[in-house]
Amino acid sequence: MNEIPVGTPRSKIEIQIDGNLVKAPEGSTILDACRQEGIDTPTLCWAENLTPVNVCRVCVVEVEGSRTLVPSCSRPIEDGMVVSTDSDRVRKSRKMVYELLASSVDMDRSTSEVKDWMEHYEVDSDRMGEKTEIATVAQPPKVQDSLYVRDYERCILCYKCVEACGEDAQHTFAIATAGRGFDAHISTEFDVALPDSACVYCGNCIGVCPTGALVFKTEHDMREAGTWNEQDQEVTTTVCSFCGVGCNLELHVQDEKIVKVTSPADHSVTSGHLCIKGRFGWQHAQP
Amino acid sequence: MSDLKFGVDKPTAEEREAIDDFISGVGPASIKVNERFVVGGRSRAKDRRRLLLPALHELQSTSGWISPGGLNYICKVLGVPPAEAYGVATFYHLFSHQAPAANEQIHVCDDVACRLQGAEELIKDLKESGYEAKSSPCLGQCERGPAVLIQRIKGKDLAVVAESPKPLTVKNIDKALKENASSEQVTIPQRGTDSLSLLARVGVVNPKSIKEYQEKNGYEALGIALNVGPDKVIEEVTASKLSGRGGAAFPTGVKWRAVADEQGRPRHIVCNADESEPGTFKDRTLMEGDPFAVIEAMTIAGFAIGAEQGWIYIRGEYPVAEEHLKNAIEEAKREGLLGSDISGSGFNFDISLYKGAGAYICGEETALFNSIEGFRGEPRNKPPFPTTHGLFGEPTAINNVETLVNVLPILRNGGSNYAMKGTENSPGTRLFCLSGRVENPGIYEHEFGITLGEVIEAAGGVKDSKEIKAILLGGAAGSFVTAEHLHLPLTLEATREAGVSLGSGVVMVFDESDDLPDTVRRIAEFFRDESCGQCVPCRVGTVRQEEVLARFTQGTSFASDEELLEDLSTVMKDASICGLGHTASGAITSAINLGLLERTT
Amino acid sequence: MWAIDPRYTSSAKFADAWLGLNVGTDIALANGVAREIIHSGLVHEEFIHHATTGYEEFKEHVEPWTLEFTSEITGVPSEAIADLAHGYAKAPTAQILWTLGITEHHTGVDNVLALSNLALLTGHVGRPGSGLVPLRGQNNVQGGGDMGALPNKLPGFQDVDNDEIRGKFEQAWGAKFTGEIGLNLTQMFEAMGQDKLKAVWVIGENPADSEADVKHAREMLKRLDMLVVQDVFMTRTAKMADVVFPAALGWAESEGTATSSERRVQRIRAAVPPPGQAKQEVEIISEMALRMGSTNWGQPTPEELWEELRTLSPMHAGMSWKRLEQEGGIQWPCPDEDHPGSPFLHGRLWERPVEGRRAPFSCVEHRPPVDELTDEFPIRLTTGRVLDSYNTGVQTDKFDSPIRSGDALEISSEDSLKLGVEEGETVKVSSRRGSILMRIEIDEDLQTGLAFTTFHFPELVDINQLTSDAWDSKSGTAEFKAAAIRIEKIESMANV
Repeated sequence: MNEIPVGTPRSKIEIQIDGNLVKAPEGSTILDACRQEGIDTPTLCWAENLTPVNVCRVCVVEVEGSRTLVPSCSRPIEDGMVVSTDSDRVRKSRKMVYELLASSVDMDRSTSEVKDWMEHYEVDSDRMGEKTEIATVAQPPKVQDSLYVRDYERCILCYKCVEACGEDAQHTFAIATAGRGFDAHISTEFDVALPDSACVYCGNCIGVCPTGALVFKTEHDMREAGTWNEQDQEVTTTVCSFCGVGCNLELHVQDEKIVKVTSPADHSVTSGHLCIKGRFGWQHAQP
Repeated sequence: MSDLKFGVDKPTAEEREAIDDFISGVGPASIKVNERFVVGGRSRAKDRRRLLLPALHELQSTSGWISPGGLNYICKVLGVPPAEAYGVATFYHLFSHQAPAANEQIHVCDDVACRLQGAEELIKDLKESGYEAKSSPCLGQCERGPAVLIQRIKGKDLAVVAESPKPLTVKNIDKALKENASSEQVTIPQRGTDSLSLLARVGVVNPKSIKEYQEKNGYEALGIALNVGPDKVIEEVTASKLSGRGGAAFPTGVKWRAVADEQGRPRHIVCNADESEPGTFKDRTLMEGDPFAVIEAMTIAGFAIGAEQGWIYIRGEYPVAEEHLKNAIEEAKREGLLGSDISGSGFNFDISLYKGAGAYICGEETALFNSIEGFRGEPRNKPPFPTTHGLFGEPTAINNVETLVNVLPILRNGGSNYAMKGTENSPGTRLFCLSGRVENPGIYEHEFGITLGEVIEAAGGVKDSKEIKAILLGGAAGSFVTAEHLHLPLTLEATREAGVSLGSGVVMVFDESDDLPDTVRRIAEFFRDESCGQCVPCRVGTVRQEEVLARFTQGTSFASDEELLEDLSTVMKDASICGLGHTASGAITSAINLGLLERTT
Repeated sequence: MWAIDPRYTSSAKFADAWLGLNVGTDIALANGVAREIIHSGLVHEEFIHHATTGYEEFKEHVEPWTLEFTSEITGVPSEAIADLAHGYAKAPTAQILWTLGITEHHTGVDNVLALSNLALLTGHVGRPGSGLVPLRGQNNVQGGGDMGALPNKLPGFQDVDNDEIRGKFEQAWGAKFTGEIGLNLTQMFEAMGQDKLKAVWVIGENPADSEADVKHAREMLKRLDMLVVQDVFMTRTAKMADVVFPAALGWAESEGTATSSERRVQRIRAAVPPPGQAKQEVEIISEMALRMGSTNWGQPTPEELWEELRTLSPMHAGMSWKRLEQEGGIQWPCPDEDHPGSPFLHGRLWERPVEGRRAPFSCVEHRPPVDELTDEFPIRLTTGRVLDSYNTGVQTDKFDSPIRSGDALEISSEDSLKLGVEEGETVKVSSRRGSILMRIEIDEDLQTGLAFTTFHFPELVDINQLTSDAWDSKSGTAEFKAAAIRIEKIESMANV
C-alpha cells in the first residue's frame, strides 16, 4: 500500500480583503482567497480547468499601491496585500466591462451567473447607442455539421475555447484568435469550415463557453424550436463507456431524453474535458 | 503539436524555395531520419516557433500576400498549427490576406502630423495614377510628411519622403520605384554642434562605415566595459540615474541589476526599436544615422547583465534603419566586436534582428516578446515582469534605442559626470521630435530642464509666426497642452506635476488654422485600429470612444456622451491590461478639458 | 516521449521521436533496449539487487540482441534503439504505456513481460510518475477482471482453485462450486468446435463480428445447441441467438460501478429509463437463477451486491458504497475505510528488505507473427480503432460524426504504385482465411509493406474474415494485429 505522495505543505500568507484579515496558502490568487472567504467575484474568461488569461477584466479588484486595478483571477497574493473588492472603482470598471460587452455582443444565452452579475451591476448598454448604429459583432451562426453550432454574435472573446482546443486540454489547435482589435475573432485557418479544419469534435470548447456562442446542435435546435427548458433538466453523473480512462459524464436529461453531455470540471480524471465519443456518442441510449 | 492537420493548398515552387532557404540554418520541426525513425514532436516545434514571424515576412515578400498554400507550407515545416499561424498573420497590418492586385502596395501615412501636410490628397492622387494606395498609421517620418512606405513583391521595401520643403507627389513615388531607392536623410537641424552627445555622429559620419564610427569615439565604451567588468558597468549606469526613454522612465541601472542577479538562467537583452508612437521618429534617426552606436550599446548591456543573445525588434516600416542595422551587425562581426570572444575578452554575444509587421502594440514590451516568439503581439499581464519572465519566459532587460545609446557617453565620461547634465532628478539629455507647425522640424537633443517654449524656439518657432493653438506633447499616448504651458520645464518631475508626460519626446505644434477636432478623432481612430483586442476595456472601449468623437464631429452627440466618454476613460485606464488602454483616452480627455473640441451641436 | 508503433500516428507526431518497428517485433526491440541499457552501465543496480530475481540469467539471455541485430529484426535504425534505451534509463521517472498493439499477438503475454523487464532494469516501477500502464479499451475491462470474470479467478483476483478462498465464497453465497479452472474465450471456441461446449450465454459482446477469423467463429456459434444473448442491441450475434434478453444500457440506464485503467472504482448511474422490455442485467441474472432453481437470490440492488463484494474481496474492503458516492472514485487496493486508495502499485519493491516475492526478470523469446509473410501473402495487415468510433460500431454508428473516415484499407504510396491501385479504388483483399472487397486509401505516412484498417464497420467491411486465428495460449487473446494479406486489382467485377 502506498500513501499518496504530497509535497511540503504550502505556507499561509496573510492579506487583507475588504478590511478583514485573511490567511490563504502561498501561490493562491486573489480570486482563490476571495472564494475561500465566500466573497463572490464575477468571472468570464476564468475557469478552474483552464490557465487564467485575464482578458475579460470583470474580476478586477483594487490593490493598495497599484496604479491600476488588478485581475484577481491571475494575481498571486503577496504578504500584506490590501485588497478591496467592492470599491467605487471596482464597481465602475466591472459595470463598464459588462456594458461594453453587452453593447457589442448578444448576451441573451449567457449562463445564469453572468446574467445575475449584470443585474447586480445594473448594466445599461443602451447608452452606448442603438445596436444598429454602433459597431457590434452581429453575424449569422455557423452551422457546418450535425454536432456544433458556432454563433459568434454571442462571442465575448474570452479565449476559453481556444485554450480548451489547445494547450489546456485537447492539443488540437483547430481554432485561434485571428484579426486584431475589435475585428479580432475566433477562427479556423482562413475561416475554413470546421470539418475541414483540425477539429476533432471533442466539444471541449462548447463545454467552457460562457455565453452560448458555442453550443451543441441539439441544444441550438431545441432553443430555436422553443423546446429547450433548462429548469426541467436533470443532471446525472455516470462513467463513459468508450474506453478505460474513466471519464465522468454529466448527462443532461429533459423528458427522459439526453439533450447534452458535460463533464465535471473539478474531477481529477477529466477536468471537465471529453472526446467526441463521450460528448456525442450517446445517441445509442436514445430509442 | 499533436493533431496538426494541414489544408490542401500547396505552396508555389517559389514559396517553397523561399521558405526552405530561410529555414535551412535550423532545419524543420520534424526530421525524418529514415522511413522508420522520425525525430521531432512538440519540443522541437516549440523551438522553431520564433521563426514564424520572419517566415511570414518571407512569404509576404515572395508572393505579396499570405497565401493559403504558403502558410500551409510554413506550418508544416515549423510544426505550427495552421489556425494559430493564421491568427498571427492576421494580427499585423503589413501582411496581406488577399492575392495582390499590384506589384507594389503603397502605405501613405495620414496620421496626426502627416494629415497636416496633405496626406489625404496624396492618397487620392496615387489611386488616380493607378497605384494600390491605402492610409497608414504614423510611419515615423513626421518631420517630412506625408510619408510613404512601399511594400513590393520580390523587392526591398522603400520609405519615401519629401525633400523639404516640397511636398511629396506621385512623381516622387515613380522616381523611387524606378531608382529602387528609399529617401535616405535624417533631419538634424543641430547637426555638427559641439553640445550634441547622442546625436554627435548623426549626419556627420557615414552610417555604413565602422571605421568612421571608430574614429569618432566608436567602441571606446565597449573597451572600457570589458576592462572594468559587468558590475562596474551597472554601477556607472546606476550612478548616471539614466531612466528609460520610451515613456515609463524606469531607472535603467535598477533593471540591469535585477536581470544580472538572475544567475544560472539564460538572460536576454532586447532593444525595443518598434518606435510607433505617432509623432515619434528619434529612434529611427539614431538607427539610420548611427547604427553602430545601437550595436555597441547592446553589446555592453549584454555584457553587463550576462546575456549572450541580444534581440533588436525594429518596426516593419523602417527599411532604411533595418538595412543600416543589418550592415552594422555584419561589420561588427567582421571586426570581432560581435560574436564569440569579443575583442579577446572571452565574452560571447550575438544579435538577432527581428522585424515587426505593422502593429503599434508590439512596442509594449511583453507584446514584443510574444511577437518575437511567434505568437500574436498581445501584451502579457504583469507581474511577473520581464526582469524575471521576459523573452521565452527568461530574465530579460528591454530598453529602447535612445536609452541604450545613452550608455555610451555614460561609460566614456563616467556615470556621475553624466548625471551633472540636466536636472537632479532628470539627468542627461534627451531627444525631442519636433513636427507640425514649426519652422525647422526634426530631431533635437536638449538637456532636461529646457522649457517647452525654448524647445519650440530652437526649432525656429511657429511656422509663419502664427499663433499656437495646441501642442501634442508625448505623442498620441501623451496629452495636449496650450501656449500656457510654454514655460513648463521639460523634466520628468515637472511634467508629472503638471499632469502631462514627456512620453517619447513628441512636440507636435498646431496653429490656429488646424482642425483640432479632426486631429483628436484621428487619435481615437488610431487607438481603435491599434488595440490588440485582447481585453474588453480596450477592445470595445476604443471603439466606443471613437464613435463618441465621430458623433462630436458630426454634430450628432447624445446628451450622455460626455459622461460616457469619462466612463470609457476610467475603465480603460483602470482595467486594461497594458499601457495602450491606459493611455488611449489621455490626449482626448486633455483636448476636451482645454476646450479644443468645440461641440458642434 | 517516444512513440513506438508500426504506424506514424498522431501520438507519434506529438512525440519527440517515433520508432516505426515491424509488426510483431516488440520483444526483439525490448530485448535490444535491455541489452543496450546493460552495456551502457545504466541499470539501477541497487533496485536489481534488492527487489528482483533472475538478473544474471536475463543478462545472458539478451546478450545476442546487439543494436545491429535488433535493428535487423525490428527495422528500426540502431541509433534510434540506443536513443530510446538511454532516454528511458536516464529519465528521473518513466512510464511505459501500451494498448492492444502489445497484447493482441500470439506473444501478447511475453510482450508485456519484455516491457516489465525494462522497468525492473531501471527501477521505473513502484514510484510516482513511473510504472507500466496498460490502457484499457472499455470502461470496465479492469472491473470485469476485478469481479472474477476470468476462468481462474474469483472476485478480487482470488484463485478459484484455492480451497480456503473458495470456502470463504461458498460460505457467503450458500452454495458449493467446483475449483476447476474454466475456459478463456479462445478455448471456448475450440470447445465449441469439439462439441464440448454446447450452450453459451453471451453478455454484452458481439463475437460474430469481433472475433479474429470471424467466419470460423460464426460457424462455431452456429454449431451450438443453445445460444443466449443478453445485449442492448440486436447485434449480429443476437440475431443468431435462440433467446435474446434485452438489457438496460450499463452506463446510462443502470446503477453500479465501473473500474478504469488506473483501478479507480467509480459509480455509474441511470439517467434515462431502459426502453421497452429491456431489464436491468442484475434482474435478468437473478431471474435466471430463480428459473434454474436457486431460490435464495432475491432481487439484490447494486448497492447490496457491492457491499457483499467488500466483505469477500480484500482489495475492495475499504470502498463503501457511501465512500464511492462521496469521493467520486477510489483506486484499489483499499483495504479499510480509512485508506485513501492507491494511486500506484508495487511500492513495496522499494522497501528494504523487500517483503514478499521479489519481481522476477523474464527471459522471453522473439517469435514472429504466426501468419507468415510469403510471396502469396506479402503484405502485413494490422487493425485498430479510430477516434470517433468504437469496436464493432454498434454504439458509435448512431451519431453523425463529421470526422468519420470510414472503412478503407490504408496502404503506403509505394505499395499503391507497385500494385497499380489508386485512392478510392475497390480491390480484392485476401488472407489465408478469406477474401473481401475494400476501398483503398493512401496514407503517405505508412511504411511500405504495411496495411491498416479499422474494424468499426463490419456491416460494410467484414475485416475479421481476414484476421489471424493464431492466439496466445497464456492469455487466450487472438493475434488481431498481424495478418498476412494479398491485395489484388479488380479488372472487372466478373473476377470477383
